Amino acid sequence: MDLQKPSSAPVGKTENVEMAAGEGKARPGPAEVAAATPEPASERQREGDPKKISANSEAAFARLSRRELLKVAPVVLLGVFAVPSLQESLLKRGLGFSDWASKQLFRRGHLAPTFEDSDLTPIEKFPINDYDVDDPGVILENWRLTVSGAVQRPGEYKLAQIQALPRIRQNTRHVCVEGWDVIGRFGGARLSDFLNVIGADTSARFITVGCADDYYESLDMATALHPQTLLCYEMYDQPLTREHGAPLRLNVPTKVGYKQAKYLTDLKVTNILDKVGYWEDQGYSEFYGL
Amino acid sequence: MSSTVIEIIRQKGDGTEFAGRAAYEHPLIVRLCHWVNAVSLFVMVGSGLQIFRAFPSFGAKIPQKDLLHWPKAFAIGGWLGGALQWHLTFMWIYIATGLIYLGYEIFTGNYKQLLFTHRDFPGVWPMVKHYFFFGPKPEQHEPYNPLQKQAYTTVIVLGLLSVLTGLAVWKPVQFSWLAWLMGGFHWARLWHFLVMWAMLAFVFGHLVMVLLHGWNNFVSMLTGWKRDPEY
Repeated sequence: MDLQKPSSAPVGKTENVEMAAGEGKARPGPAEVAAATPEPASERQREGDPKKISANSEAAFARLSRRELLKVAPVVLLGVFAVPSLQESLLKRGLGFSDWASKQLFRRGHLAPTFEDSDLTPIEKFPINDYDVDDPGVILENWRLTVSGAVQRPGEYKLAQIQALPRIRQNTRHVCVEGWDVIGRFGGARLSDFLNVIGADTSARFITVGCADDYYESLDMATALHPQTLLCYEMYDQPLTREHGAPLRLNVPTKVGYKQAKYLTDLKVTNILDKVGYWEDQGYSEFYGL
Repeated sequence: MSSTVIEIIRQKGDGTEFAGRAAYEHPLIVRLCHWVNAVSLFVMVGSGLQIFRAFPSFGAKIPQKDLLHWPKAFAIGGWLGGALQWHLTFMWIYIATGLIYLGYEIFTGNYKQLLFTHRDFPGVWPMVKHYFFFGPKPEQHEPYNPLQKQAYTTVIVLGLLSVLTGLAVWKPVQFSWLAWLMGGFHWARLWHFLVMWAMLAFVFGHLVMVLLHGWNNFVSMLTGWKRDPEY
């Protein structure tokens, strides 16, 4: 069915588009076709492309086009993201996949960049972000950290017990999920050291914390054991101010800002999370590692 | 590399006559990648702008000086958390189509017809004169003219940069070297934003050219076949 050329175009080897029997137009005979094609075969055709297709009538070409169009039709499957009843669960899965990938990318030994003192954002320009109140009214003298869960020594811990652990001071970047970032100076005890003190089962999956303002958060164990993850009681070498979370907050340079819970009151080692975190439970990333 | 060209005949009286030619320009993989990528780019830009709305600045947080107030109606996700869900879902689709396309082009050698090289330099000015100053249309011997090659090569580079700057914003600690290359997280976020505008500039030019080149050209990205090609 290929166009017969006076020259030796590879007619016989072409893959023809079948014409349905009884379709409108009669098949032209070879002689007629030859007579009807004054032009020489195009250069490209003469080069002998092994995968030649011939659609020698308008109808056959239209059929060929329709068939090729159908092949790209699966793209409309992306429309499932526009279906209201499916959208939420699909996006949740997408975010879950990103969280899974984040966990794979996390390396326990890889440190977040640290900075010179001259790079620090002045403390008065270190944003104070709360979801509720700047100062939940913690009575600092009576403050205790209540430890529970998969630990050998649960109970109430005083700030002095945390301060007795080796003090780490680090200048690290604090990145907010909103997009802004500041470089702050944080001081405190390694969470991993404290987990040691309380005899935590570090094969458990999570650490959860509760706060005086009813905020709550969780960390995966790998992040909790990271050497830069601090139970932070100092910023800029001064005891935490009330609006920055006195007397104790988390400082986790490998996580986004909303993981850095303030005004800690409770710490639990657990394998099960009934809730993940204040923002996570509203749809934000559960892992959000930087 | 050479595309298949066929000739089409039509019935005339008792015989037939030459009705035109058609060239198979876009293999199925390229067409699928093109449309899936177009959808994912649309979602990435829309959700990215909604994310940007949460902190529409590249300066300090205190005091905050907003760069521009992007209208919510032209953004996707409705709120920051929703936009992040869209962005962190579609980025995988965006990356996947990019990798499949690039892999296919490299594997088949098809990239050679699109890659802008030093040999294309002399042809750039005549094309610019043709497009913008009503100059004569330069003779064309290959599927893509030098200006097209320049545009399609640039947008591939922009695509790679959009992913790399995005990774630096998403993972400034794990990919700290990448963020460092871009001047740190803060700058990476700005580069990511600028790359988006550069891509939008390409999309604008691309759509204008699609309109100017007519229906047959548009259809070729759907069916693969371009009726009556210029070459």
